[in-house]
Amino acid sequence: MSTANNGNNVDTGRRRFLVASTSVVAAVGVGFVAVPFLSSWMPSERAKNAGAPVEVDISKLEEGRLLVVEWQSKPVWILKRSKEMLENLLKNDDHLRDPHSENTDQQPAYAQNEDRSRKPEILVLVGICTHLGCSPTYRPEIGPEDLGEDWLGGFFCPCHSSRYDLAGRVFEGVPAPSNLVVPPHYYVNDNVILIGNDGEAA
Amino acid sequence: MSLMNWIDDRFPATKMWNEHLAQYYAPKNFNFWYFFGSLALMVLVIQIVSGIFLTMHYKPDGSLAFASVEYIMRDVPYGWLIRYIHSTGATAFFIVVYMHMFRGLLYGSFKQPRELIWLFGMFIYVALMAEAFMGYLLPWGQMSYWGAQVIISLFGAIPVIGDDLTLWIRGDFVIGDATLNRFFALHVIALPLVLVFLVIAHILALHEVGSNNPDGVEIKKNKDANGIPLDGIPFHPYYSVKDIVGVVVFLFFFSVILFFFPDGGGYMLEHANFVASNPLKTPEHIAPVWYFTPFYAILRAVPDKLMGVGAMGASIVVLFFLPWIDRCKVKSIRYRSVIYKLNLAVFAISFVVLGWLAMQPVTETITTLSRLFALLYFAFFVILFITSKNETTKPVPDRVTS
Repeated sequence: MSTANNGNNVDTGRRRFLVASTSVVAAVGVGFVAVPFLSSWMPSERAKNAGAPVEVDISKLEEGRLLVVEWQSKPVWILKRSKEMLENLLKNDDHLRDPHSENTDQQPAYAQNEDRSRKPEILVLVGICTHLGCSPTYRPEIGPEDLGEDWLGGFFCPCHSSRYDLAGRVFEGVPAPSNLVVPPHYYVNDNVILIGNDGEAA
Repeated sequence: MSLMNWIDDRFPATKMWNEHLAQYYAPKNFNFWYFFGSLALMVLVIQIVSGIFLTMHYKPDGSLAFASVEYIMRDVPYGWLIRYIHSTGATAFFIVVYMHMFRGLLYGSFKQPRELIWLFGMFIYVALMAEAFMGYLLPWGQMSYWGAQVIISLFGAIPVIGDDLTLWIRGDFVIGDATLNRFFALHVIALPLVLVFLVIAHILALHEVGSNNPDGVEIKKNKDANGIPLDGIPFHPYYSVKDIVGVVVFLFFFSVILFFFPDGGGYMLEHANFVASNPLKTPEHIAPVWYFTPFYAILRAVPDKLMGVGAMGASIVVLFFLPWIDRCKVKSIRYRSVIYKLNLAVFAISFVVLGWLAMQPVTETITTLSRLFALLYFAFFVILFITSKNETTKPVPDRVTS
């Protein structure tokens, strides 16, 4: 092309510059136009406002029973643990990835303790596996056939068999990388938990 | 013919007909494996037509979707048939595409000068997986919901941007109405457009270089005085008629599944998907639809989130590089070494076994086997790369055989 044009005294260097600069300007323009389209995929204002805190009455919750409530469309578990369950937690420590909850993204500071809770017997967790987002199954029984003799009760994810103990702490050798999340919560009074807010104590 | 002349002066109708059908010379020795390209094209048409009719009754709304599918199944005249055609078509699409890809492996159809055909084909395959995945969310049952939850969460394994990326894909903090609505848009318009354009590119690239054949010899090397390959026959009528036979046999099996086993024993329409989606409860046994299972088994075999997702991604990405991994000059398996034959056989078996393993509930044995066969899957490419450079091959004939 350039040789043919040279015969007509075309300044190819100038032409190349114009083509290149026009292309760059067009690319920048496309980039700007893409922003609103790509941004439209982010959560809408309505979706952002939907995550209001939830109040839960736990006065009727029995020992060993799991209560599931919905917060920000996610399942939140409230489990009342027995003395035995709490004692068994210590036995799991050697087999856990993060027994002392050192990954601070997974719980508020007030739940960074051995039981991962504000009150030892009441466990509050977001019931979503940290692997790929399934909701694990509550398996409180000790040594069931499918989970093995060493199982001291906990949560088992049916999707990819991640295992957590009764404090939501993840075991080693499973695909899930971290402990289950403890959502911000506080006790309005002895029987009512508010999920989604730390209260002023945080 | 004057009408045709009038058109040809204004639009290359006859020219295109000749270039792609009546004067497209294909090797005369095509066998059984060569049915699947044209069948894939037909299934694409079946899916587009049945899909268009489904959108006329379906509601892409988190509160209406599940009921609208039931409405299609029970109240819309022949709605059940149209939906079953579409769901059976999805399975048929993957069967046909897997056979079509395996044909490529058998006869080296991905090799020079057909690398771009293979690449377009791989992009079709990936677009098809995205299309199938997004389509599976639309019935809004339990499997739709939790399957999508798992697959979208895969992107969360990407360091740094993972969490924001999943939020962006879902459009909400969990899978919800926003996700359903955008997946509907992608499933019914964006991805079908991409698929159609890729299919056109795939066929144009094929017709530019010409078809490979079971002997892996280039028929363009031996032409008669008119420049027509000696071993070539016009696609139309020879292969258009042959392909009609394939279509009839295919439709026979398609109808058997469509009318007698529309849920495919729970592998095509999973039982848990007859329950409306519930964000609070994951079904006891969650497995993807059968055509994703081999990759899912690889994901499940790795006891680490990032590595598992990486291995699954790699198992698909590595296929793109096949034309450069296989360095053997001989195309067809007929003239290649025993090593290649065994290697390919082990690869095919691993793929099928991985698919089966992913459908089983997890036990230690299943995990061990998944790891073994995942290794064998990747070993195919490693062994191929090492052995193909100096492979002992048989002499390749100059012309196609029978």
